[in-house]
Amino acid sequence: MQIPENAPFTLEQRTKLNSILAALNPAQQTWVSGFFSGIVSSAAASTAQTATAPELTILFGTESGNSEELADRTKKLAAKYGYKSKVVNMSETDTKKLSASKNLLVIVSTWGDGDPPDTATGFYKELMGDGAAKFSNTSFSVLALGDSSYEKFCEIGKKIDRRLEELGGKRVFDRVDCDVNYEANWETWSAGALKAFPVGTSSAPQTTVVATAAAASEGFGKKNPFPAILEEKILLNGTGSAKETLHLELNLEGSGLQYEVGDALAIVPTNRDQDVEWVLLATGLDANTKLGDKTLAEAIKHDFDITSLTSRIAGKYNEIAKDTKLTALLDPENKKQFAEWSYGRQFIDLLEDFPCKTLTADSLTGLLRGMAPRLYSIASSPKAHENEVHLTIAAVRYQTHGKSRVGVASTYTADLVEKGDKIPVYVHSNKNFRLPVDPSTPIIMIGPGTGIAPFRAFVEERQAIGATGKNWLFFGDQHYSYDFLYQLEWQNFLKEGVLNRLDVAFSRDQPEKIYVQHKLLQASAEVYKWIADGACVYVCGDANRMAHDVNSALIEIIAKQGAKSAEEAEACLAEMKKAKRYQRDVY
Amino acid sequence: MAGNEKIKDASNYLRGTLLEGLADTSTGALCDDDTQLTKFHGIYQQDNRDVRAERRKKKLEPAYSFMIRVRVPGGVSTPEQWLEMDRLAHTYANGTLKLTTRQAFQFHGVIKSNLKKTVYEINQSLFDTLAACGDVNRNVMCNPNPDESEVHAEVQELASRISNHLSPRTGAYHEIWIDDGSGEKQKVTYDPPILDHFDTAEEPIYGKHYLPRKFKTVVAVPPSNDVDIFAHCLGYIAIVEQKKVVGYNVTVGGGMGMTHGSEDTFPRLADVMGFCTPDQAVAVAEAVVIAQKIFGNREDRKNARLKYTVERMGIDSFRNEVERLLGYKLGKPRPFKFEHNGDRFGWTKDHKGNFHYTMFIANGRVLDTDEYQMMTGLREIAKVHRGDFRLTANQNLQIGNVSKAAKPKIEKLLKDYKILDANGASGLRLNSMACVALPTCGLSLAESERYLPDLISELDEVLEQAGLRHDAITVRMTGCPNGCARPYIAEIGFVGRGPGTYNLYLGAGFCGDRLNKLYRQSVKSTDIKAVIGPIIRDYAHNRKSGERFGDFVIRQGYVNATNVGHDFHKDLKPEALGA
Repeated sequence: MQIPENAPFTLEQRTKLNSILAALNPAQQTWVSGFFSGIVSSAAASTAQTATAPELTILFGTESGNSEELADRTKKLAAKYGYKSKVVNMSETDTKKLSASKNLLVIVSTWGDGDPPDTATGFYKELMGDGAAKFSNTSFSVLALGDSSYEKFCEIGKKIDRRLEELGGKRVFDRVDCDVNYEANWETWSAGALKAFPVGTSSAPQTTVVATAAAASEGFGKKNPFPAILEEKILLNGTGSAKETLHLELNLEGSGLQYEVGDALAIVPTNRDQDVEWVLLATGLDANTKLGDKTLAEAIKHDFDITSLTSRIAGKYNEIAKDTKLTALLDPENKKQFAEWSYGRQFIDLLEDFPCKTLTADSLTGLLRGMAPRLYSIASSPKAHENEVHLTIAAVRYQTHGKSRVGVASTYTADLVEKGDKIPVYVHSNKNFRLPVDPSTPIIMIGPGTGIAPFRAFVEERQAIGATGKNWLFFGDQHYSYDFLYQLEWQNFLKEGVLNRLDVAFSRDQPEKIYVQHKLLQASAEVYKWIADGACVYVCGDANRMAHDVNSALIEIIAKQGAKSAEEAEACLAEMKKAKRYQRDVY
Repeated sequence: MAGNEKIKDASNYLRGTLLEGLADTSTGALCDDDTQLTKFHGIYQQDNRDVRAERRKKKLEPAYSFMIRVRVPGGVSTPEQWLEMDRLAHTYANGTLKLTTRQAFQFHGVIKSNLKKTVYEINQSLFDTLAACGDVNRNVMCNPNPDESEVHAEVQELASRISNHLSPRTGAYHEIWIDDGSGEKQKVTYDPPILDHFDTAEEPIYGKHYLPRKFKTVVAVPPSNDVDIFAHCLGYIAIVEQKKVVGYNVTVGGGMGMTHGSEDTFPRLADVMGFCTPDQAVAVAEAVVIAQKIFGNREDRKNARLKYTVERMGIDSFRNEVERLLGYKLGKPRPFKFEHNGDRFGWTKDHKGNFHYTMFIANGRVLDTDEYQMMTGLREIAKVHRGDFRLTANQNLQIGNVSKAAKPKIEKLLKDYKILDANGASGLRLNSMACVALPTCGLSLAESERYLPDLISELDEVLEQAGLRHDAITVRMTGCPNGCARPYIAEIGFVGRGPGTYNLYLGAGFCGDRLNKLYRQSVKSTDIKAVIGPIIRDYAHNRKSGERFGDFVIRQGYVNATNVGHDFHKDLKPEALGA
């Protein structure tokens, strides 16, 4: 008997449990199982439900769909605790409406450099602003989602948590911050918070809540990724390009996995051998050290993120290393120096620059977070490619501080898997990136680089369902001759009349840089006319600059063409966002 | 009517759908008909043939780009223009400049989105691309030979006048390339037609169908025949008496192109038609163009060049037609003597005391490599040079009109950038030419520019051993039989037949006055050295004093002489085709 890898235990706990379980005879196993179920049911019995169902609001702010998914699951769980709850998207509410809630759970993610999810921007601004309503009658708890490889980890959750308290709210359960593997933390938080509400103490789960260890039997998904066969792998860039963009076709037959256009596919990658060797070499640890049923080398290769470097990891490491220089660097006073040092560096640099000879296999893996799956916007419509899912992935490679670095998942697909190999995947739904319900609605798609992926899916879908709405695509990359991703397909779509207009921007073909936002501005009058005619606008791709520049361009277009002030134009765009007429999938 | 005639007919004076095609950003190409019309504007659509197969798989169309040919009458460029060509090559093209066999600049690899800007900026530099290709009179060549610099200015002026006079008058060029959207039409003035033969208001000389085929004009000053006067449709041989040009012998009906396997097509050397005075020269050009417009073959493009018109009509009938159009008789040809068709390298001094430096440029390709920063060196020279640059007909470059005072400065730059060393190549290499061919030229059947330098290195070994390193032997290679590098008047000519396979021609005259003859058909590139080596060794041992390689191979019986164009495919040795 083995505890599955995806069960909610740390590696250390799992290893210990496994060693105990292995030693149990059948009679002992039965006794243990009875013991645990007894604990749970007696807890339930002692808090039997009495009053009418208390109300609960579950507020989420989501970018990629994780918070929304957790909100839905929290609602199901809350029902078991006896709550009558409703799930509310930050994009569709304001503080006044919300402050009427007695019991409030907030699930919100943080993006990029401490930004709120795109769809939550309006709500967040209002909440932080002077005009926010008071939450004096509200009990709340916050679950913050984030990625600890970013410096401002869970920043938005933290700020909302603080702000709700400032506005008079009563925190009933401490905020829980989640890293990319959020499952266990969600379970802790949801169970804790649901019990902590004033009414909640008297209600309780009516049925036994058991961690979903048996996920495998529920089919393939996040907890049990499907090993999809790689059917096709094409380097889309022509000879001479500086880019390396891959087109992948994966077979989903027999997986039961289903997706809609706009969804993402998660890939669970494997670290490259070189990175594993570097870590082993720097720590001096024996690759064959047993760690559960794996060797240390295997465990690092498959189960852990060995590239991210944050002050958090450095701090944990220094508890063991106790390096004076690192201690100085980690001093909160020296935040800037740490940021400078860590820029372009990875975990391996920590090991090499501040060597520590007392690290053990356990303490090393204790520092690391689990291997994070990577999400890629799906580039195909299931209606056009039955049982297949296509991806467009840019391989990330660069050189810093004398070492060649890679994006783990992108180069995993580029270098470590070939046609015929299997890749662990699952579908990640993204309800915030959906084609308009009405197929006659025109759409404008802005997707430079790999941002093109979901729009290939969109156009395929619109063709497959015979949608009558017009389709306009803006694409951009470095060079026309090498980087015009899926050019022949776009030409066909144009010929067939599915794609009505295509505008392209290639930044490095001429002395001045031309980007998609310039093409948008050039076509101002037309773009405005489409918007006025009800078009939905979609943006996919780089979040750092492109999405921002495109946003500014749209404001400029609406302002100029609609004879509005910048503020009015901004409000107009915010309104479109709310109405799901302006959707973004940026990363 | 040949296909191209219909395209011209429907084009509204070369406009076609070019504006629409340029605006379509979904493809880097233009539609087929328009790609015929762009030639009249100096532009060829090409694609990188090396990557055709892989791109289809990558969901990319062929790697289309455009070659732009800049018309440079007589090949003379100012230093400012040189700098501008250099800048455009780096800004919009592939970072190299090709100096062509017809004294033009060529840019390669310009993509469609940059086409208009490039042509516009070329025009801003006071060059243009109009009629650099197409069924019209193309760049007018002129001998840049400094030995005759007293008359150079005069013949150069004639080249410019003919170029201007025979330029297409259509407004299409300016509408498409020069109009900057300001609504102001640039007005271009041309001389009115001279002869009483008015066609249409938009094109008084050419009419809406232009010529049946391309038309090439050259001017030469004996004894140098570096422009290969007999290889062109129309030629002017300057007759100099007492250091003055008293007139020109007019030649007609030369041309290189042919088609493999079609004996109806052949290279032909021009006939000397008569003599005209300097005042008559431009009118004669107009008359020859009109005669070709009337009598040229518009049914079959492979038989449409002026050389076939002259061949069919006979030189006397053709002269009669020209004289009828002119309204007067041409004079009797005067004696002249050409001595060579190559360039003379290094410094020469003219009668005014100015200096001219002719440098060897392999296949006319100006570029920088890790070992040889030629392009940078020439740019540095252009920044300080007060004279001019002259593109030679052999794809080389002359830094012209360097004053005595400026010479040390120029010389130092030539030395610093190792340009002086380039002229130390073997006699064979210095007298070599190759066309562009693969990967961009759509016509090529085999490598040329990318291969000839290596082949010459192989042959140099044989020459070295035979003691012939410094002997000038003309060698030319083209990737197809159309003859851009004039391979049929090379003492050793290679013409591509298929990948790695060439027809080998021998026996042309050293001064461009006799065509060569097929020596071996379909020689594998790996066998070339073995095929030619013994002949070179024979030449080293058994040549007569001063005997040229092209004359020697005929005397020794390797090939028979080709005395007239229609005999080009005749009198082959049995082993030429068999073997």
